[in-house]
Amino acid sequence: MPNKKTSVPFTGTAEQEAKLKAVIEAQKGQVGATMPVMQAAQEIYGYLPEEVQIMIAEGLDIPLTEVYGIASFYSQFTMNPKGKINIAVCMGTACYVRGAGDILDDISQKVCCKSGEITDDGKISVEATRCIGACGLAPVLTINDDVYGKLNRGEIEPVIDRYIEEEAKGKA
Amino acid sequence: MNFVRNHILVCGGTGCVAAKSKEIIEEFNLQLQKHGLENEAKVILTGCFGLCALGPIVVVYPEGSFYSEIKVENIAEIVEEHILKGRVVEKLLYQETVKEDSIASLNETGFYKKQMRISLRNCGVIDPENIDEYIAFDGYEALAKALTAMTPDEIVEEILKSGLRGRGGGGFPTGLKWKFAAKEQNDVKYVCCNADEGDPGAFMDRSVLEGDPHNIIESMAIAGYAIGASQGYIYVRAEYPIAVERMQHAIKQAKEYGFLGNNIFGTGFNFDLEVRLGAGAFVCGEETALMMSIEGQRGEPRPRPPFPAVKGLFGKPTVLNNVETFTNITWILLHGAEAFQAIGTEKSKGTKVFALGGNITNTGLVEVPMGITLREIVEEIGGGVPNGKAFKAAQTGGPSGGCIPTHMLDIKIDYDSLMAVGSMMGSGGLIVMDEDSCMVDIAKFFLDFTVEESCGKCTPCRIGTKRMLDILEKISEGHGTLEDIDALEELSAHIKENSLCGLGQTAPNPVASTLHHFRDEYLAHVNEHRCPAGVCKNLLQYFIQQDKCIGCTLCQRVCPTAAIAGEVKKPETFEVIQDKCIKCGACIDKCKPKAIIKK
Ligand SMILES: Cc1cc2nc3c(=O)[nH]c(=O)nc-3n(C[C@H](O)[C@H](O)[C@H](O)COP(=O)(O)O)c2cc1C
Ligand code: FES
Repeated sequence: MPNKKTSVPFTGTAEQEAKLKAVIEAQKGQVGATMPVMQAAQEIYGYLPEEVQIMIAEGLDIPLTEVYGIASFYSQFTMNPKGKINIAVCMGTACYVRGAGDILDDISQKVCCKSGEITDDGKISVEATRCIGACGLAPVLTINDDVYGKLNRGEIEPVIDRYIEEEAKGKA
Repeated sequence: MNFVRNHILVCGGTGCVAAKSKEIIEEFNLQLQKHGLENEAKVILTGCFGLCALGPIVVVYPEGSFYSEIKVENIAEIVEEHILKGRVVEKLLYQETVKEDSIASLNETGFYKKQMRISLRNCGVIDPENIDEYIAFDGYEALAKALTAMTPDEIVEEILKSGLRGRGGGGFPTGLKWKFAAKEQNDVKYVCCNADEGDPGAFMDRSVLEGDPHNIIESMAIAGYAIGASQGYIYVRAEYPIAVERMQHAIKQAKEYGFLGNNIFGTGFNFDLEVRLGAGAFVCGEETALMMSIEGQRGEPRPRPPFPAVKGLFGKPTVLNNVETFTNITWILLHGAEAFQAIGTEKSKGTKVFALGGNITNTGLVEVPMGITLREIVEEIGGGVPNGKAFKAAQTGGPSGGCIPTHMLDIKIDYDSLMAVGSMMGSGGLIVMDEDSCMVDIAKFFLDFTVEESCGKCTPCRIGTKRMLDILEKISEGHGTLEDIDALEELSAHIKENSLCGLGQTAPNPVASTLHHFRDEYLAHVNEHRCPAGVCKNLLQYFIQQDKCIGCTLCQRVCPTAAIAGEVKKPETFEVIQDKCIKCGACIDKCKPKAIIKK
């Protein structure tokens, strides 16, 4: 997945920082602490931008390269924030042979954002995921926490429109 | 205590949860209350029943009525008719169980008839969040037997005798692995469970983790006793949140009951378990990489030997087995090695679980005795290929495996036969493809996967797979040459021979097997610039069959590039402007009279 540096500015709060510091304090010095700390950090911030990686490296007293090395190695760690609407299309084999590739293309075209990226306004992000274990429902996609299965091309547009509408309403 | 008349089992596997099984349970409880039945019927969340294609699934006992594709709206009717009045709601049943004048048992349906459940024996039967139910189904009896009536050596011997081989892909004899680790002299040893399940399109291990977590705990404790370890780790992929939660809950319960911790069953044996989360790297399923990852580093494999049994996690002797392998251990200790050995073929004993998916009617989880034919799985259990399409190939072994063509459908499923045709057992993904799948495209799909997942440590894998992918892309775009096909074969051989770990060593398999069994299709791409299955976009053109067209202009309206000419209600004027067409296929999906074709 292209783990490009994001154009959306970092907006961490002091509260988030305090949470992360607490996690680091609790884990510091234990063997194998780096990954659990990074997983917790991603939970707190939703992603791992440079700013957060620096906090982890300094907190655990390890080189930043080590943190970055781990962050870029595992696909679960993302250096891009997720959008308010995060669309994840399963690209597992079962979904792929049932046409998930076309569905991903359609979505990218519709929301003007490639897989692994986020729209410049930070609203919508699109990603291709590995099998989520719902192969019986292939092809499958998730929007935020909702799962949609047995999709046909053409059925997805109205669903996404609904999320966009709701998001816009939520703001107003 | 109340007498419970009906048990209502609702599937809580990921597929069914995605299809709203949680809401279904809430609605059941609401409806039962409404009718004052809350003490007479009990709603239980279980593990996967296997027939995911027809989820969510609800089974009502004592009748064993198997309701499929249940919606929240159906619940009121089931409660009112079935639970209150005792009348099965026939129209909501899985239709294969409905006979003219009676309801057939589930075991007589095509999907279940040829299956045999050892590994999945408790999935969909017990409540995975309730340790008492596991105990009621002989749970922790194997551990009791092991600790009180067997020596560690006897256990290793029993597992050796059973002929159990690893279910994680390699097929290494489990007893032998345990024997090596048991022989090592060391105060600290470890037991690890590989629940990383990296094969994209497979979910066997997930279903066990979610449906029968105590089975894994019990088996790991037995392994600990057999090799002399007192600490275990379960490495679960982070993409499986429900599995992680159930596993952690089960460990807590097991500790409360004294099945984990110090002095288990008063025998002085100590064993503890911890869950570690993966973070989405396929290579971490490889055993040495997995241990690096538990140690908190980049999950890169290291050369073997030394094997983990000698020098594994934190440098100590370690036994690492796959989830499914572990689930067989308890069964073997309870029923004996002979009973296990009686199932399967000469060199492959027992059963294998497959995640059946792709273009097949009954997608889901199936467990079959070794030696069953692929045809039986695809046609009888799987119900064949849907939509009147023809079967083209079955893929096993995921990114390390290969495609098996139609004329080999009668192949027996065991480690050695699959290997002989250029595929492998793998961890259990079984994807069926119909005539609409292009084999070059499938090979490209898997190579794309390995290129992304290659850890980059060794050159043949890092660069070699990328080169292969480049060539495949060239071929699928219609620029391939015959030399490219030779180059693919040469690269396959080199990468296989020179890569550091199993990922690279098996990465060329999807290409090699499709090249072998579907060479014609590669040649059509190269020589005729044609994709016979109509998948590779660059080689396709869209056409409007004017005799079928009704001139409705729907296609024009959805076309993002205005590539369709034609005047409303004048079919004879409709045509595709080829140099504007981006081949997105939007028009085909919208065309009601199916007048648009690609070729
Ligand atoms: C690239 C790669 C990925 C693997 N992925 C898995 C996996 O997801 N699950 C698994 O159990 N074994 C996987 N294996 C096999 C393990 O290395 C190991 O052989 C296995 O877990 C041992 O357990 P078993 O003997 O019970 O099969 C993988 C191997 C390789 C080379
Ligand atoms: S392949 Fe998509 S859910 Fe498994």
